[in-house]
Amino acid sequence: MAAQGTIVWVSGPAVKANGMSDAKMYETVTVGNSKLVGEVIRLTGDVAFIQVYESTSGLKPGEPVVGTGNPLSVLLGPGIIGQLYDGIQRPLRELSKASGSFIGRGITTSAVDMTKKYHFVPTVSNGDEVTAGNIIGTVQETDLIEHAIMLPPDHVGGKISNIVSEGDYDLETVLANTEKDGQSIPIKMYHKWPVRKPRPYHKRYDPTVPLLTGQRVIDTFFPIAKGGTGSIPGAFGTGKTVTLHQIAKWADSQVVVYIGCGERGNEMTEVLVEFPHLKDPRSGKPLMDRTVLVANTSNMPVAAREASIYTGVTIAEYYRDMGKDVVLVADSTSRWAESLREMSGRLEEMPAEEGYPSYLASRLAEFYERAGRVQAAGSPERDGSVTLIGAVSPSGGDFTEPVTTHTMRFIKTFWALDAKLAYSRHYPSINWMNSYSGYLADIAKWWSENISEDWFSIRSQTYGVLQREDTLKEIVRLLGPEALPDEEKLILEVARMVKIALLQQNSFDDVDTYCSPEKQFKLMKLCVDFYNKGQQALKEGASLSDIRELGVVSSLLKARMDVKDDEMPKLDKLEKDMQEQFKSISGVKVSN
Amino acid sequence: MTVEGGVQYSKIAEIKGPLVVVDDVENAAFDELVEIETTEGERRLGKVLEVGNGKAIVQVFEGTTGLSISGTKAKFVGKVMEMPVSKEVLGRVFDGLGRPKDGLPDPIADKFVDINGEPMNPEQREYPKDFIQTGVSVIDGLMTLVRGQKLPIFSGSGMSHNLLAAQIARQASVVGTQDDFAVVFAAIGVQYSEAEYFRRSLEESGALKRSVLFLNTADDPAIERIITPRVALTVAEYLAFDLGMHVLVVITDMTNYAEALREISAAREEVPGRKGYPGYLYTDLSTLYERAGKLNGRKGSVTQVPILSMPSDDITHPIPDLTGYITEGQIVVGRDLFRQGVYPPINILMSLSRLMKDGIGEGSTREDHSEVSNQVYDAYSRAQEVRALAGIVGKAGLTEIDLKYLELGDTFEKEFLTQATDENRTIEETLGLMWKIVSKLPRNEITKIKDKYVEQYYKEE
Repeated sequence: MAAQGTIVWVSGPAVKANGMSDAKMYETVTVGNSKLVGEVIRLTGDVAFIQVYESTSGLKPGEPVVGTGNPLSVLLGPGIIGQLYDGIQRPLRELSKASGSFIGRGITTSAVDMTKKYHFVPTVSNGDEVTAGNIIGTVQETDLIEHAIMLPPDHVGGKISNIVSEGDYDLETVLANTEKDGQSIPIKMYHKWPVRKPRPYHKRYDPTVPLLTGQRVIDTFFPIAKGGTGSIPGAFGTGKTVTLHQIAKWADSQVVVYIGCGERGNEMTEVLVEFPHLKDPRSGKPLMDRTVLVANTSNMPVAAREASIYTGVTIAEYYRDMGKDVVLVADSTSRWAESLREMSGRLEEMPAEEGYPSYLASRLAEFYERAGRVQAAGSPERDGSVTLIGAVSPSGGDFTEPVTTHTMRFIKTFWALDAKLAYSRHYPSINWMNSYSGYLADIAKWWSENISEDWFSIRSQTYGVLQREDTLKEIVRLLGPEALPDEEKLILEVARMVKIALLQQNSFDDVDTYCSPEKQFKLMKLCVDFYNKGQQALKEGASLSDIRELGVVSSLLKARMDVKDDEMPKLDKLEKDMQEQFKSISGVKVSN
Repeated sequence: MTVEGGVQYSKIAEIKGPLVVVDDVENAAFDELVEIETTEGERRLGKVLEVGNGKAIVQVFEGTTGLSISGTKAKFVGKVMEMPVSKEVLGRVFDGLGRPKDGLPDPIADKFVDINGEPMNPEQREYPKDFIQTGVSVIDGLMTLVRGQKLPIFSGSGMSHNLLAAQIARQASVVGTQDDFAVVFAAIGVQYSEAEYFRRSLEESGALKRSVLFLNTADDPAIERIITPRVALTVAEYLAFDLGMHVLVVITDMTNYAEALREISAAREEVPGRKGYPGYLYTDLSTLYERAGKLNGRKGSVTQVPILSMPSDDITHPIPDLTGYITEGQIVVGRDLFRQGVYPPINILMSLSRLMKDGIGEGSTREDHSEVSNQVYDAYSRAQEVRALAGIVGKAGLTEIDLKYLELGDTFEKEFLTQATDENRTIEETLGLMWKIVSKLPRNEITKIKDKYVEQYYKEE
């Protein structure tokens, strides 16, 4: 029996209704005469406290509230890829058909086109024993995505009967039945799953494979693993969004879920305009063919912002269960935390730090724990991963505020954006002293097996130069650069080279926007070679200005833009030039 | 603003700050417009913030001074607050609630529009990319404004942000087009002289007849300031999306808006966020700033240049901080440059236009624009470092290269940044000046520009 109540109180996105003793916690309800979507978040006696996902302007006490009996769920089936959803999985394209350029209220639409036909290829036969999560067949969702049709994770299992033959079917067609204990359950192309409940899997692995993003400072210096967690905090203007867009564009995953959570509308538009024209560097297909967008922009109702994170991660888990690597990017978790704070305030809960509710930390932990590399439930055996990357927008750029500090407890890669670097137009403005990656040791093996055995040692030497520079900078600040001996001045020179040639990356340059792991390694090695040869040359009597004025310096500084990924011989030539140029200056005695 | 119909109640339970609590209310809706009548028969407007259990909490825009428990009547109008709009609003001056302030009658309404607006569907937005030439070199060259962008000016008390905003409003044009252009100006709690300066500036340039002014000056009721930007943006949206005009909205000063919001929040005894501002300040500000933009299939655009004064010049204060997270960049006015008498005193390193990358380049400005601007930023940032260093070790401790950067910093400020308030530079002049700055560097210091552009434009001195 669905609950039927009456509104008694309205304040912003919060509504109280009485007569709701049949309602369940986190049940979805329709609110008021215009049938707005809401969710029960507290029950006291027969009064339900409801957060409403749409604007409540004009809502009155006395209007009805009707329960749906179901928790907030998403529809999972082919047709999700390429969509732009709002926070509760309503396709924004369909909403615009109903209400034009601005978002109207009380509109119900289906998350995917239920009448579209897909070519279904069965992979099981009648009589096969199946369990929850089993794949029964596949459809081609987009050029890039082969979509596995799976038994829902809460399915009781049984024997397959009445499976259809290969052919084109729409989403409502019964593709097969399962028989168990005299009960027959129909299987369609889709099922629903509650967003607040993580989808089960068979077992979990350690994340040991890097997620390659083509961004040098990430892949080489602060890598993230497939199935790992990362966070990117930064004050406004430090380039959070550009960095996240770069990850969404170039990460070597099969599916990308991009959540615009309380951010700008134009950012989602940018993705929508840009991604269909950008080609996946590995398959050559449009990036939109692997991307799902969830947009709840800052001016859209605040309660749906809270839901958008869960909607996104549930979709990510669904594609993981097919055996795919999925990257979920959430911009920004701070706005999500603020929506928690706003609802908590209206519930008159006792606030913890800066007005945030005391359960902020546990909610963050629950969210990041949904990342992982797993073996999916059911057969055939398949591995998939969900990598979670969350932006944090600390107020005033202060990393000691609650959302940043709690997030740091639950993530392993931390890319600290630095306003000072951004002010001097060093992008991505990831500070190499404050950032860290907990996956470095785990994924070093991958680099040594696939790129070079020397990777770890070269990386350590490069990072060592940056660390030395950090200490020397203090001295320069007090005494000026002339106070340093030439060996140390060379460190400053090489550090500048590492910053310009490696750490900086121009995401708007056609060549530099993506950098292959081979090129990343080679550029890094050239910097280290330059350093070692330079120290040697100094010992042999060359002067610092001889080294500084070598022709190879400016070629190396521009190599990231001048040398394409498939032009690696150019870098070999650069290496040879460097050797020769160093030879030409060594042995020259300085006159002092 | 006309008010008709509705149910009248006279049982006032409580008056505190800007709020009135009305008892025994039936049938009032959240967000509904309320007309309050004082004992003397004066009428004020308000809206419902919370309704339920027979009570309605009403926020009174004109303040509660002079209201009494016994003599006050509240009428629930049965609709949300609306602004009458038509082409006739052009050239008019309104008060902070959208009522005529120029002695003329109400404009004849084409339609009535909910002042809160509705969120634009991101799927229906058109990505902004039309370069606006403001004629101010530092903006056009380094933090380019595009149509449909929201680009605030972060300033401090007493600085020349109003001069700059007025200059932008007078000079802004899209090169090579003759589109309909309009200016909407909203003054929120500013001094009369500032509002008057802006009005006169528009008048002198002949732009007043295509402008609409909303004035809430410092002596007007504080709570009215919640409404002023909303009526202004409602008119801007109508001009842009119904009439196809390109509208530039200048709002000054957003700090006063946020303070009015804090006052209401405090009166409602809400749990405060940072510095006493409500936890929903970000969401609330976004419902204003996100009303900038362009829409698919419609001709016009709404471009916003909000001005805010940073309390004690602190950019981490919640108001500039949350604004910066919503807007597409910021133009930061710097106290040091202002003290040196530089106009416009823009601190370029802290300033940024996020939409610049799509508004410049071949076909709109020039193909080398992006790279030369990166190099200027980089060089000026180095110049600042060298200046700091020179302050400690003296010029003698600097290398030859450092000295070049030092000189470059001065050229930048004197020849590029500085310009007169009536000086309207073309983008070609601006780019020429940028290459002049870059040409101060030896060629091997140029790391951000492709060789082909260096060969074409670089002239070593």
